[in-house]
Amino acid sequence: MQSNRSLEIGTGLFVLLGFAALAFLTTQLPGSSLRIKGGDSGYKVLAAFDNIGDLKEGSPVTLAGVRIGRVEGIAIDSRTFKADVTLRIDRQYSEIPDDSDASIQTAGLLGGKYIGLTPGGSETFLKDGGQIELTQSALVLENLINKLFANIASKGPDQQNGQAAAPTPAPAVVDKEKK
Amino acid sequence: MSAGVDSIPVAAIRRVGAVGVFLGQILARIPASLGKPSLLIAQIYNAGARSLVIVMMSGLFVGMVLGLQGFNLLQRFGSADQVGVAVALGLLKELGPVVTALLFAGRAGTSLTSEIGLMKATDQLTAMQMMAVDPVRYVVAPRFLGGFIALPLLAAMFSIVGLYGGQLIAVAQMGVDSGAYWSNMQNAVALRDVSEGVWKSVAFGLACSLVAVYEGFHAAPTAEGVGLATTRTVVVSSVLVLLIDFLLTAAFFTNS
Repeated sequence: MQSNRSLEIGTGLFVLLGFAALAFLTTQLPGSSLRIKGGDSGYKVLAAFDNIGDLKEGSPVTLAGVRIGRVEGIAIDSRTFKADVTLRIDRQYSEIPDDSDASIQTAGLLGGKYIGLTPGGSETFLKDGGQIELTQSALVLENLINKLFANIASKGPDQQNGQAAAPTPAPAVVDKEKK
Repeated sequence: MSAGVDSIPVAAIRRVGAVGVFLGQILARIPASLGKPSLLIAQIYNAGARSLVIVMMSGLFVGMVLGLQGFNLLQRFGSADQVGVAVALGLLKELGPVVTALLFAGRAGTSLTSEIGLMKATDQLTAMQMMAVDPVRYVVAPRFLGGFIALPLLAAMFSIVGLYGGQLIAVAQMGVDSGAYWSNMQNAVALRDVSEGVWKSVAFGLACSLVAVYEGFHAAPTAEGVGLATTRTVVVSSVLVLLIDFLLTAAFFTNS
């Protein structure tokens, strides 16, 4: 009887563990609404971007290249049509000037997007629920290429009406494409 | 088994047919054998819970290897962030079900075959028939069903341990951001990918368990016969798993 009991407990544990594993695989891995959000240590900061590219929840937030937090939520503001990004910054990095600037950057040419913060000079610091006012959108490669071609086309025969939509980033793109 | 005079192709066809008939016999007796759940529970324990340690250890190492290899490859394209995707898709769609099934054939399949074969060699099965107890119902069906249930669960656990093994290498060792590891993975893996792996493991569970109980039940009732049957279980199930894997991968591939 005793061995029967431990055998049944062992089997029960195994089956429950197996189904828990299946449930984890089906709900937590694919983009499912049942996904559990990570624990919330650190403080929240908001930033509104015109275009976030393919920034995702969980993408890193860095300061001078060091990871200081992650993107917690992405929503669209229905009035301004901007992307409201919630950043969760680790508590140990609590002294970030509140006039810092947030820009969306790309890790490598094919890598994922992340948010890079550039510190400002203010004496006051970002607080929980604070807003980063200065933001810079993601560089969308297609837009840059479009601008580049528009630039070349307009500059082609007559030089005077080329108003140079984006003169500086365009050569950088060409360089990257050649690699 | 005692084909004797059949030529090789005929014997092969006959064998496939015999396995099919045997599967039919088992399926017909499954409802009856469920009337005594303690038999099934004992077999799930034997095939599943006792394979857990070897499956989880292998999962950890396979995940770590995927983490290393994926990192090494993706690093060259400057997208080491995507290593989570490589680990997850590799585990869920291929390595999880396949490696688990191969381990299962070696760990649980052999024990099923030798157990049933030894019962046969020691005339226990004959004794059951003498007492009007159906050995397929009481010996074979619970073992088949136990393995069939256990393998998909083992494969799921293998995959999860592997994901954490990959994280161990990619995040802790190679410095990929853990948020990027998991969020890229979650964004790239679709329910389709998970279900492909689950269907594969279900098919492997059927194949491995069926081969194991068939070989045991039809083993020559001698010490040598049981040994041969056990070897055949491993060989046949391994080849069958890889064959089914190719077929299912092709089926899921053309659908997309």
